[in-house]
Amino acid sequence: MSFSRRGFLTGIAAGTVAASSARAAGGKHFTGYEGRYGLLHDSTLCVGCRSCELACTKVNDMPAPATPIGDTKIFDQKRGVTDKLYTVVNRYREAKDKQPAVYRKHQCMHCNEPCCASVCFVKAFVKTPEGPVLYDPEVCVGCRYCVFACPYYALAYEYDDPLTPKVVRCTMCYPRIKEGKNPACADACPTGAIQFGRRKDLIKLAQTRMRKYPGRYVDHLFGEHEYGGTSWLTLTGVPAAEVNLPQDVSHDPLPNLTTSFLSLAPLVTAIFPGLLVGFYAFTKRNEALKKKEMAALVAKERAQAEAHLEETLAAKALQAQRNEDHAVADAVREALRLAQKSAAADSAKEEAK
Amino acid sequence: MNAVKPRLITPFNVVAGLILLFGGVIIALRFTQGLSFATNLSHATTWGLWTGFKLVFVALAASGYTLTTAVYIFGMHEYHPLVRPSVLAGFIGYTLFIFILLFDLGRAWRIYYPFLVQPGPTSALFEIALCVGLYYTTQFLELTPIGFEWLGMKRWRKVFVGGTVGMTIFGLVLSMLHQSTLGALFLTVPTKLHPLWYSPYIPLHFFLSSAMGGISMVILVGMLSKRIFSHKMEISRETLDKLTVGLAKGAAIALAVYFAVKLVDLSIAGKWHYLFTPTGVWFLFEVLGFVLLPCLLFAHGHREKKPRLIRFTALLTVLGIILNRINIAIVVFNYDLPAAERYVPHWMEYVVVLTLITGGVAAFKWIVQRMPVLHDHPDYKASH
Repeated sequence: MSFSRRGFLTGIAAGTVAASSARAAGGKHFTGYEGRYGLLHDSTLCVGCRSCELACTKVNDMPAPATPIGDTKIFDQKRGVTDKLYTVVNRYREAKDKQPAVYRKHQCMHCNEPCCASVCFVKAFVKTPEGPVLYDPEVCVGCRYCVFACPYYALAYEYDDPLTPKVVRCTMCYPRIKEGKNPACADACPTGAIQFGRRKDLIKLAQTRMRKYPGRYVDHLFGEHEYGGTSWLTLTGVPAAEVNLPQDVSHDPLPNLTTSFLSLAPLVTAIFPGLLVGFYAFTKRNEALKKKEMAALVAKERAQAEAHLEETLAAKALQAQRNEDHAVADAVREALRLAQKSAAADSAKEEAK
Repeated sequence: MNAVKPRLITPFNVVAGLILLFGGVIIALRFTQGLSFATNLSHATTWGLWTGFKLVFVALAASGYTLTTAVYIFGMHEYHPLVRPSVLAGFIGYTLFIFILLFDLGRAWRIYYPFLVQPGPTSALFEIALCVGLYYTTQFLELTPIGFEWLGMKRWRKVFVGGTVGMTIFGLVLSMLHQSTLGALFLTVPTKLHPLWYSPYIPLHFFLSSAMGGISMVILVGMLSKRIFSHKMEISRETLDKLTVGLAKGAAIALAVYFAVKLVDLSIAGKWHYLFTPTGVWFLFEVLGFVLLPCLLFAHGHREKKPRLIRFTALLTVLGIILNRINIAIVVFNYDLPAAERYVPHWMEYVVVLTLITGGVAAFKWIVQRMPVLHDHPDYKASH
């Protein structure tokens, strides 16, 4: 790939991080690189010839589309981009009662604040100052978070390749732009439905057309504001949803949804260890207090028990003393009685003699 | 301890061995033939069943942080006998997560790139990778005393046991971060995920549900350990029942909070009208059948002291977590796509998931049979 690592860093820094830090600074708003390019697809001029598909495969050294150009059977199905096709043209309404058919060309929209770039954990994507969003397969791990996150289903992946699978998507012909040429699809379009130029100028052009031919277009330029805006702008004669574009979506860039949450992580890391140590200290204190209380209780119980024991012992001793005294008295009395008895017997014997 | 050598040829070992062998062949084919050979992943749906189970494995591996926090931070020491099996189950859960992640990555051998080659800190996945890496290491360190006791390395054991409270706090903070950030992966797809499941608070949903899944896993791990390794388990049936009844209270509270947060989400975003659609019925099936019902059953089981009911409810909760994560990853993801373009998992994707779960259970058995997980090592009795 022809772009440098440094380009990556500055691109990401300016594209996403700077945007959020500018918000954090308050009052400032990053509106994107001045003078960046874009493409306008006026779908009302598109006749479904698919010349753009063919031109795209040619400049990107890919095999020509499987269904030859001109075979209109292909429009019976809705196709998405694949790892063999950066761009596809679909038909969303057949020609009927002098109303022309509705076609739309689909490819990577090259967002102003690309979601694919913000979700990539190796920063494989970069928004170039010229407008195209570029991808570096040299660092890609293949997690496909970008494919998952893209709101336009504009990224494909090489599932068939076991060793060097890559994310595949429109490059907006970045190498050709660098050479001062138009993207291949814009050059190939026979009806002028695809226009290449400065994004600002294209928006003005689209607005002029919408003002001049109000019956021809819906009053909405898709890509001007959707999720912070895209490089590819689409003019349609029918509502966006009818040509399979997300309708009524937020104008806030998609990456903001994640970054606002991720900004909590440093706070959690700062607050919770202290809080948990506090809980732990509280638990320990409770346990220590309980132990102390228990010890005091035990001491009290023991003292009481000892006192009680002493009393009982004293009473018992007294009782025993008394019993002993009684026993002695009894024994003495008995002995006296016996002595008296034997004395009486002795004297009776003597009298008999 | 028990000197009887575990037998090699048992019905479990034979069945598990066959599954692992068959699954191993499919995994080898996935790496030699590419993802398209073993999966039905498409350009529209690039994350499928494997991603769903990544979410499941991590949510259920919360058994580690829930119980260590209860025991070491909040001083619920009576649950100490369950700490080791719970942390071990959690560690195995994260191991399964890492395995399935490696199978799913296009170039798995570049797994270290986010740390060493070019970090992308604006990515939710970067935070997950960082936290899971650190937490996996923490759990490993928490488990090392088991190994040191087994090997008789007393001094090392003492060093690592000394770090218990620190590791518990570190582990809980990391878990709060990555459990919620797994939900944050979906913040970026508001048009692709069905509005009933999509929420700006989806990170909170993921964290809360991991807590209730974790407690339920503690209950189930305790039961299975007692059933399979009764002779190894130190605590009696009665003690385990008592602990189970106690855990039910925590689970009921976690489920109640999660249910309340779900209600708040429906209300503040004005999503009630979606409930009267077919997808809404499916949502109610998940939230009433696998959140509210287990919440009530846990509460009832706790009040009436019914350990059997509580174990059943824990299983219900775990199934609910699986249902929730699979719903979000697959069933209601890309809900707007025409039926023909919707993703349906390839049978080999199921086989790989089954292989991993089998491997996890076998690893748990292998370790429990040899090392002092369910009982105190005789040399260290009453030393914690």
